[in-house]
Amino acid sequence: MKILVGYKRVVDYNVRIQVKPDGSGVATEGVKLSPNPFDEIALEEALRLREKGVAAEVVIVGIGPADLTAHLRNGLAMGANRAIHVATGDAVQPLTVARVLLKLVQKEQPGLVILGKQAIDDDSNQTGQMLAALWDRPQATFASRLDIEGGTARVVREVDAGLETLEIDLPAVVTTDLRLNEPRFIKLPDIMKAKSKPIETLELASLDVESGDHLRITHYAPPPRRGRGVMVKDVAELVAALKNKGLV
Amino acid sequence: MHKILIVAEHHDGKLDPATARCVSCAQKIDGEITLAVLGDAPAAVAAQAAALAGVTRVRTVAHPVHAHALAAAYAPQIAALAAGHTHVLAPSTTFGKDLLPRVAALLGVAQVSDLMQVEDARRFVRPIYAGNALVTVEVPQEQTVVATVRTASWPEAAATAQPAPIAPQAPDVAPPAHTRFVALESGKSDRPDLQNAGRVVAGGRALGSAENFQLLYRLADRLGAAVGASRAAVDAGYVPSDLQVGQTGKIIAPALYIAVGISGAIQHLTGIKDAGTIVAINKDAEAPIFEVADYGLVGDLFKLVPELTQALD
Ligand SMILES: Cc1cc2nc3c(=O)[nH]c(=O)nc-3n(C[C@H](O)[C@H](O)[C@H](O)COP(=O)(O)OP(=O)(O)OC[C@H]3O[C@@H](n4cnc5c(N)ncnc54)[C@H](O)[C@@H]3O)c2cc1C
Ligand SMILES: Nc1ncnc2c1ncn2[C@@H]1O[C@H](COP(=O)(O)O)[C@@H](O)[C@H]1O
Repeated sequence: MKILVGYKRVVDYNVRIQVKPDGSGVATEGVKLSPNPFDEIALEEALRLREKGVAAEVVIVGIGPADLTAHLRNGLAMGANRAIHVATGDAVQPLTVARVLLKLVQKEQPGLVILGKQAIDDDSNQTGQMLAALWDRPQATFASRLDIEGGTARVVREVDAGLETLEIDLPAVVTTDLRLNEPRFIKLPDIMKAKSKPIETLELASLDVESGDHLRITHYAPPPRRGRGVMVKDVAELVAALKNKGLV
Repeated sequence: MHKILIVAEHHDGKLDPATARCVSCAQKIDGEITLAVLGDAPAAVAAQAAALAGVTRVRTVAHPVHAHALAAAYAPQIAALAAGHTHVLAPSTTFGKDLLPRVAALLGVAQVSDLMQVEDARRFVRPIYAGNALVTVEVPQEQTVVATVRTASWPEAAATAQPAPIAPQAPDVAPPAHTRFVALESGKSDRPDLQNAGRVVAGGRALGSAENFQLLYRLADRLGAAVGASRAAVDAGYVPSDLQVGQTGKIIAPALYIAVGISGAIQHLTGIKDAGTIVAINKDAEAPIFEVADYGLVGDLFKLVPELTQALD
């Protein structure tokens, strides 16, 4: 079985981004970029399935600008067999990403697609569900455990009420939650090995993907600030303040 | 005239309060509001839905497959019901997040996630980058607006004594056999639900163990509060995952939030920005949580939490 993994590059989770004063966007020049944390979890899970003999090949996909190569090399160093770079200068939204992934699914015929539950830049949490719909296949989102036996997967999902278990037939789309695994660290020799692994580049424009129905972002604003409150010296002062506000 | 379809969320025969929050959001968009209740036996939930002020009608679809909210079974049914509607909304809970993008893709349209404000019927404000920026997004004219509603941004719609009519409808799509519900494991308790509680006591890595979390449960019991946690506390196994508050957990807006031994990472803060009053207890006076706290108390939680619990007796 082949596994396709979404591997998006995002602003590192430690960066506190700033909105440009004219409201035209966020300042991303020179900030640290990293793989989306949920995609590292997705890749780790795919690699473990390969190590268990469930999967034969792990292919990572990145959709983005020409300079995505170094980012994809990270995923190859972590252990992916090869990478597909869908090149575009445009900021792509989830529906477009899902349509692109569908084209790749049709070409590659994977038994499983693992994506992150959300990209931590746009926080959309949509792409996996959209791909599953377009592909007309099952989805198991927010996975914290994945077991595959034969043609079915048993997935434990982190839902608001607790942990839900689903059984889904493959091929299917799974999206990762934080507790699925802890991604491995990349070792130096693997970085060397990754240099010879293949990266296939496709122009998004060549994939015949419908577009033009994007949401238009008309304005960016910083969130309202919560003012800093007061420091209380002890529990008695805290309780008095809360009583005063009618909160306890 | 806008025609808004809201997908009702319900559990164990009870309408989830998140649905009433979606109704408030829909009232701001302005138009006819239809609630869709899917279930194996949806009548009881439909009656609760019909009693929400502002609801024009309730449509029910009964089918054994809808005994559990499987997105793969719900989505084609909702996409069919969406015909003739200008908007389709669901709460930004794990239920709505799982379902609505699947509906949007079936309709061939984009989806707006976590709707915070309505500027007009096609222009909305939503958060990105863990709430570090708010964007105004516009849905193209010809598209059905499909959006999840950030529940912490909206109050529950009130009840009305004049319930809306309920129209049962035959299911008109064949449910898929490829997805099967196996089990739901939920740590049911008598405590208030984290997403709707008026008061929340939350703990972080500093609690150090599941046993030590009892300190917080005792304080929560005293306050009639729900218990929440940071990612670090969940990852360490001190509490179940459904207690995680933040960017990738639950977004909440209680009147009172007490953060104990939580540093205040941006991913956590985005989950509590709408709280009325934030109290922070942390031994590090420089912890970022104090930048957003209305009341900060520096010290050792193992001394202060029992003291606080006692002081509330
Ligand atoms: C993709 C991604 C998503 C994430 N999503 C979330 C999310 O949804 N929610 C979330 O919470 N985090 C999330 N995080 C994690 C976040 O970045 C922080 O790592 C996490 O919130 C830290 O948890 P903490 O405050 O409990 O632990 P720490 O940062 O370790 O803080 C512990 C605090 O306890 C204090 N302390 C220690 N001992 C005592 C004592 N005896 N008495 C009083 N105070 C004490 C310390 O001073 C410190 O401030 C996410 C991270 C990533 C990468
Ligand atoms: N540009 C992209 N390149 C590769 N994968 C992507 C891209 N955008 C989204 N994805 C995948 O879809 C997941 C969910 O993204 P989103 O729906 O945007 O929150 C991510 O975690 C990735 O796995």
